[in-house]
Amino acid sequence: MSDTNRTVAPRPGDEVAIELSDVHKWYGEFHVLKGINLSVARGERIVICGPSGSGKSTLIRCINRLEEHQRGKIVVDGVELTNNLKNIDAVRRDVGMVFQHFNLFPHLTVLENCTLAPIWVRKMPKAQAEEIAMKYLKRVRIPDQANKYPGQLSGGQQQRVAIARSLCMSPKVMLFDEPTSALDPEMIKEVLDVMIGLANEGMTMICVTHEMGFARTVANRVIFMDRGEIVEQNEPLEFFNNPQSERTKLFLSQILAH
Amino acid sequence: MAISRNLGNPAPQAPRRSLINDPNARAVFFQILVLGGVALLGWYLVTNVLENLARQNIATGFSFLDREASFAIGESLIAYSPANSYSHALLVGFLNTIKVAVLGIVLATILGTIIGIARLSSNFLVAKLASAFVEIVRNIPVLLQLFFWYAVIGESLPNPRQALNPIPGVFLSNRGMKIPALADDPIWIWVGLSILVAIVGVWFLARWARKRQEATGQQFPIVLASIGVLIAVPLLTWLAGGAPTALDVPELQGFNFRGGSNMSPEFAALLVGLTVYTSSFIAEIVRSGIRAVNWGQTEAASALGLHRGTILRLVVLPQALRIIVPPTTSQYLNLTKNSSLAVAIGYPDLVSVANTTLNQTGQAIEAVAIMMTVYLTISLGISLFMNWYNKHIALVER
Repeated sequence: MSDTNRTVAPRPGDEVAIELSDVHKWYGEFHVLKGINLSVARGERIVICGPSGSGKSTLIRCINRLEEHQRGKIVVDGVELTNNLKNIDAVRRDVGMVFQHFNLFPHLTVLENCTLAPIWVRKMPKAQAEEIAMKYLKRVRIPDQANKYPGQLSGGQQQRVAIARSLCMSPKVMLFDEPTSALDPEMIKEVLDVMIGLANEGMTMICVTHEMGFARTVANRVIFMDRGEIVEQNEPLEFFNNPQSERTKLFLSQILAH
Repeated sequence: MAISRNLGNPAPQAPRRSLINDPNARAVFFQILVLGGVALLGWYLVTNVLENLARQNIATGFSFLDREASFAIGESLIAYSPANSYSHALLVGFLNTIKVAVLGIVLATILGTIIGIARLSSNFLVAKLASAFVEIVRNIPVLLQLFFWYAVIGESLPNPRQALNPIPGVFLSNRGMKIPALADDPIWIWVGLSILVAIVGVWFLARWARKRQEATGQQFPIVLASIGVLIAVPLLTWLAGGAPTALDVPELQGFNFRGGSNMSPEFAALLVGLTVYTSSFIAEIVRSGIRAVNWGQTEAASALGLHRGTILRLVVLPQALRIIVPPTTSQYLNLTKNSSLAVAIGYPDLVSVANTTLNQTGQAIEAVAIMMTVYLTISLGISLFMNWYNKHIALVER
């Protein structure tokens, strides 16, 4: 770990939303996360980038326990992630996640995709859940598709439904795992627009993405990961204009080359 | 190349071909030839059979069905005596086939689903035991398995005089399992009716619970409540009727038992054999169906805070079912058709009865035709039902 690591303190608001300290994870022999320290403030918007296999997806998947970390401590909104199922439930209720491949439920309509969790997890009356779902579907600008099935929508529309589905649980934190990398180029903008809208409303967000334009305009902080470590983190302007480490420079030159 | 050749003869005229080189003419010729051959063969077979039957003084046609069967049948769902007609005997065989097929399908589905899910268990012992079961059972011919179960029941159980008596009134011997039957009492009809009432009640209860959840979000312990209703209503009816406890208990008389109800060793062996054999295939189908549902579905549902049971019920199984249903239909058909192996261990199914009929009357073609028609009808019936069900659960896409 380089010493640039602790130089940037979380700024927007002082309340800490997520705290990772010395998080390690192994897949068998393979050491995926090598002592990650990260503190995310409420309302902060973080973009994580890095070459494939650097552990960035694994990192955010640890935050809602889709992956289990083996050492260190992860605290989300005051709740520590341990083997305690109650804690895991509490964290998952408040942390939304958007996946690269959308993962909508193909046997349910768009509306049912959105109401499933509020009805079964929040024990909400169906009418109320549908009202909330329609509110968020309007916000991602596809209320007219509510009764269609995911297979009938374009990739961009599906990803917007996936975002609406997460928002229906009124999460305090949103995790985005390469939300635009499975999309056709002309559909990336419609998804990014929705994400920018969320950011402007003050949502705490962690995005794994290679959309550097998005990182420049939206992020408070950009984190560069390589081989399971946070190599460098800085505010976007400094990060892009004045990268410190060689690995960051190499990575940026590769992805900004075209 | 084609271009340069075309340059050679610019206006290709309709070439003159002899009929022998015309593909259409050839096709028609060979079709006529084949059709003629088949017709000739058919004519030869039919006339031959008719001639042979006439020589043996056997009349063709189905009139033999009304004659007296004059053979006994070991077990029957309906009243039967050797004085009844062949058609009645065949009906007994048909019902016996249906009995073992229906019970076998239900049990194999339950056992197969449990073993299929067990094979996916993260518990090492459970998963390995389930794998071992599947690999052993599905790799041994079903006929051998029937012999095995028949031998197990016949050899390992004592004769009726030393019958095992695990529970009072229940006797296990090599003549089958005897259990007490309910003594004649009008109250049992009422209890039966009250069970039907309870089932209807549970249906309404489930509907009410779903409506209430939609309206208020409160969830109702529907499974426990349903079990409660299904037990309480018949129980109350029984108590209201004076709680009769008279039973027709089997008793040893001479060399065998009298009274009570019986499950014959043949039926038990056939049912166990078919169930176990088919369940190993269904287990693999269930496992592959669940596996085929993208892991991302489970992850997305977990990320939303849903619990494992809810995820399996609302997200994974509905998607797995559409993969599971078509091959399971084939297994149901296989089980039904395999039940014809009953003849090997002496269970009086349709094939067994029709075979006896055939031997006694010599009406081979008619008897075999009846069997084939019946199995075809049953199988197509199962297919139709399962196709309807499959359509019902199919996924809407584009």
